[in-house]
Amino acid sequence: MIALILNGRSVEVDDEPRTPLLYVLRDTLELNGAKFGCGLGQCGACTVLVDGAPVFSCVVPVGDLAGRRITTVEGLGTRQRPGALQQAFIEEQAAQCGYCTAGMILRAQALLERNASPTDEQIRSALEPNLCRCGTHIRIVRAVRRAARERQRAAADGVSRLGGAG
Amino acid sequence: MAVTGLKVSRRAVLSRAGALVVSFALAPSLAAAAARSSGEAADRSLPGSLRSTPLLDSWLRIDAGGITVFTGKAELGQGIKTALIQVAAEELAVQPQAITLVTADTARTPDEGYTAGSLSMEDSGTAIMNAAAQAREIMIALASERLHQPRRDLTAGQGAVIAPGGRRIAYADLVSDRTLHVRAEPRSPLGNPAHRRVMGRSWPRVDIPAKVFGERAFVQDLRLAGMVHARVVRPPSYGARLRSVESAPILRLPGVLHVVRNGSYLAVVARREYQAVVAMEALSRAARWEESANLPQQSRLFADFLEWPSREVPVATRGRPPDLRRLHAATMLEAEYRRGYLMHGSIGPSCAVAHFDQGALTVWTQTQGVFPLRRALAELIGLPESRVRCIQVEGAGCYGHNGADDAAADAALIAEQVPGRPVRVQWMRADEHKWEPYGSAMLARVRGALDEAGRIVWWEYRVWSNTHSTRPGGAGELMPAWYLERPLSPPAPRPLPLPAGGGDRNALPLYRIPSLKVDYRFVPRMPLRVSALRSLGAHLNVFAIESFMDELARAARLDPVEFRLRHLDDPRAVAVIRAAAERFGWREYRRLAGGGKGFAFARYKNLAAYLAIAVEVSVDHGGPMPRVLRVVAAVDSGEAVNPDGIRNQIEGGIIQALSWTLLESVRFDRTRITSRDWASYPILRFSAAPHSVEVVVLNRPGQPFLGTGEAAQGPAAAALANAVADATGLRLRDLPLSGDRIKGAMRS
Ligand code: FES
Ligand code: FES
Repeated sequence: MIALILNGRSVEVDDEPRTPLLYVLRDTLELNGAKFGCGLGQCGACTVLVDGAPVFSCVVPVGDLAGRRITTVEGLGTRQRPGALQQAFIEEQAAQCGYCTAGMILRAQALLERNASPTDEQIRSALEPNLCRCGTHIRIVRAVRRAARERQRAAADGVSRLGGAG
Repeated sequence: MAVTGLKVSRRAVLSRAGALVVSFALAPSLAAAAARSSGEAADRSLPGSLRSTPLLDSWLRIDAGGITVFTGKAELGQGIKTALIQVAAEELAVQPQAITLVTADTARTPDEGYTAGSLSMEDSGTAIMNAAAQAREIMIALASERLHQPRRDLTAGQGAVIAPGGRRIAYADLVSDRTLHVRAEPRSPLGNPAHRRVMGRSWPRVDIPAKVFGERAFVQDLRLAGMVHARVVRPPSYGARLRSVESAPILRLPGVLHVVRNGSYLAVVARREYQAVVAMEALSRAARWEESANLPQQSRLFADFLEWPSREVPVATRGRPPDLRRLHAATMLEAEYRRGYLMHGSIGPSCAVAHFDQGALTVWTQTQGVFPLRRALAELIGLPESRVRCIQVEGAGCYGHNGADDAAADAALIAEQVPGRPVRVQWMRADEHKWEPYGSAMLARVRGALDEAGRIVWWEYRVWSNTHSTRPGGAGELMPAWYLERPLSPPAPRPLPLPAGGGDRNALPLYRIPSLKVDYRFVPRMPLRVSALRSLGAHLNVFAIESFMDELARAARLDPVEFRLRHLDDPRAVAVIRAAAERFGWREYRRLAGGGKGFAFARYKNLAAYLAIAVEVSVDHGGPMPRVLRVVAAVDSGEAVNPDGIRNQIEGGIIQALSWTLLESVRFDRTRITSRDWASYPILRFSAAPHSVEVVVLNRPGQPFLGTGEAAQGPAAAALANAVADATGLRLRDLPLSGDRIKGAMRS
């Protein structure tokens, strides 16, 4: 059994330690957020946060993650209490097929955690590992910018609009 | 709006016997089938897909549960669900939230063929708009009888018919089972375009929330009770044959339930997903294949294309060729443009789930065509069509015919071996890269002549390409069938008919040219597997035509925008060109060192949306590739149901086309495809995305819907090349326009 802290809650999984985290999330824990895109660390569809840092869950063995904090898009908010990035992606309609979306949101989340008001250049370079074949790049950058603004406004109001962990 | 396909599947799981599903699902499809089988040929007088499915209740049901609208088209990330809901809501005079939409499902929805060719709004949007308007009038007529009020005094609104003084009858109370079981009329009492409430507004996409919250949204997310996981071990190359494989050790691996071997078809089934991956890798190492070097040499591909037998398809002839000797030499230009094979490159490799139970097969698939796929699967498995149900569930964006149908065939073939258990098949990245059918390589040659006034007087154009569709069809078009012990083979490829065309799509320029000759050399020989990729031949044809227009404009010493306008009569073409040029600031543009601007225009298929585009680039001579700074496009899609949806698709089309044009070409050696992942087939990343993309939508309320999703591919490619030419003086005619080529061209 491997103990993980998933979206703020303790879970134990019985997968073989070499199993990539992505399969544990999708198959064992039945979460949809992290997506299989390449399994090679080339596309970012599987991006999740481990202790706040973005990783390709398709290449990280779950055995290396005992006791670590894992955040998936499900942990950022819900329809009732959307996270700032989730809300911003909806408001900017920053998806076409939406298959890359969760990975984009998590990589952006990690960026906003270390840099509350990134420039467009900084957003682009943070998102560089993640591919979008639909060509939604401009909207995604806009959504991240909007989320940064909203988070700052919320911080100024002393209200955290960020649901969940991360 | 939940994802309807998933709701259905849930129900399918709950009712293990399947009987419930069949009974609750059959009503509308019976209606559709009745209409089809009663010998009524397609009725050309009816609008959109009502032609093939004329009964109103095939499209629309109203009962105490609410309003349900049925479409045979599939959501592919293009936002079609939202737009169709808007159309229905507008004509039924309800809010969009009041409508539940059911998408492509052979047991429930009309057969609308493929969701392709940017035809969904023209086919399904038009049908639903007219069906909804007719249903509304039927309900008003019924209310008029019940209330003893003349029809003209009654209005429809908020799901009811309302009489003066406020008396109202809810739609559900007016409609009984059979009320809408009537044939559509050729003409509908359509709402006044000047008073739209829902259409013409950027209603938020109904499918996006599920995707940002990590809810079930994709076929990849289906988890049926008792479901097992399969992986296919694909041959290393097209022509490979399986010589031997030792499968006993694989069967001893943890979780492995089955190894499927049928001729050269090899797959493994396991309890857990990663167990299937591990077993697939082991099985792949155990397999011995026989391969042959039967691919052409990539560097000679275009020479081969010209040499291989081809069939001439005349596209257009107009006027008579001028006496070329009498034209001034400087006014006669010729050029050749080429592109290699392009990949759809979906971010999510193809996936399907199949359940073979009590002699019936249900397949959850991301296909673009549930009905054609059902026919093909029935043939593949040897079942009557009535025993096969295909339900479309979204996958990652496909942009045409990719591995989706083949994955459904994999799931069906494997599910047949483990009856009673739903089987999920997920392709690996290399499966998708190596086995999806690519967009054909193409080559075009053009000659043109100008008179002294700078008018085009002669145009000669010829394009070479493979077919642009090998969609099923029959089981022979499903790739897994090629490797079975008793293999099926695809039928001989055919060119797609004009006016939409395939390799000749958009080969005819829309410009006023008194004499021209355009033809298509259809090349049947297909060394690489090919099929429909977004815009088919229009990408290369528009790239060639619009690059050449710039070359001619330069020879005529005219501004490229002005030159185009002088050759156009269609006011809608003129309008998009002016709108794009103005918004871009074409005239005011001042070039900085290394900078350039480029323009292009086309009307997709010469039948669908009009699109003009201006691009600004900067080319750093040491840098790896031109940097796209700014893009402005103007589009006329007829009546715009959801303007932001149109902008989203055009923005995406532009960025995808920039990626194709700058970076992409499938690589292969004499035996194998060598583009097997994103390192060996790179696509555009954020660092190469334009700084800004702006799309102006010219809305035409009351005008027919014009397909939009593919309109940007060709114009974006040409505008980019034209901007590079403006920045550097170099005319690049071979795609991709990667940095190496630019540097090479600058050296020579
Ligand atoms: S799926 Fe992990 S990087 Fe592509
Ligand atoms: S929205 Fe489709 S891949 Fe990004």
